[in-house]
Amino acid sequence: MNELIDFLIVSVVLVAVGIYGLVVKRNAIRMLISIEIIANAANLNLVAFSRYTGNIQGQVFALFSIAIAAAEVAIGLGLIIVAYRLYKEIDVAEFRSMRG
Amino acid sequence: MVDPVFVGIAVLTVGSAIVALETRELIYGAIGLAVSMLGIAGFFLLLDAPFVAMFQIAVYVGAVAVLIIFAVMLVRTQALFSMREDKGRKLGGIILMLVLMGGLGAALLASGLNTQNSFTAPPVDFTAIGEEMLTYYSPALVVLGLVLAGAVIAALALARREDVEQKDERAN
Repeated sequence: MNELIDFLIVSVVLVAVGIYGLVVKRNAIRMLISIEIIANAANLNLVAFSRYTGNIQGQVFALFSIAIAAAEVAIGLGLIIVAYRLYKEIDVAEFRSMRG
Repeated sequence: MVDPVFVGIAVLTVGSAIVALETRELIYGAIGLAVSMLGIAGFFLLLDAPFVAMFQIAVYVGAVAVLIIFAVMLVRTQALFSMREDKGRKLGGIILMLVLMGGLGAALLASGLNTQNSFTAPPVDFTAIGEEMLTYYSPALVVLGLVLAGAVIAALALARREDVEQKDERAN
């Protein structure tokens, strides 16, 4: 039988992998993928705690979170396409026109 | 007693998340992300949340992964390969990842959440989600719809090419 702690451990591992990607990778699309992995770990936590407490609110919040993540990806990819058009590059180290 | 289905899905999810970040070709990374999202949907099914699992598959695998694949195709392939990776930064990232895993994992294992038979509460009926959405959460649902519409319009406005359009107008 599965326990709550198993799901939480998987979620922690996913968050750690996502933060590793966010720190190490300099490719804008890969950074977006890392953000998605972290958001999914959070959703997993929400649904696991919803099951733990026998409460519907966790699942509803996970649904809202998934929808917001979809909007965020649309905007993020739009920004990446614009940046690629300007710099011919998707390496975030090359986006330096806003650097002080 | 460890559930073999759970272990299988966990290995699939975490493994494909690592593949999504580490594979050389970005398009395989997008596919790895889609597989990882499918694994998360499997976890939702194990947690008796079939509606959230189907929503996850529809939105993440059906929309987000496909959107990322399209963006990868729009970007010149050469730009995807010219990644200079810093060895020191990579080592630091791996250390940070292990510290996070160890620290948060130890904190969780030591906390009061580490109990046996934790899922004794009866699983919630997914029809209740619809009721909640249309009663208590209906203002949030409306705002969410507006946010999504705004995001789509903003993405279209961002992706517009004004230089090309002006050239077309001049040509006419």
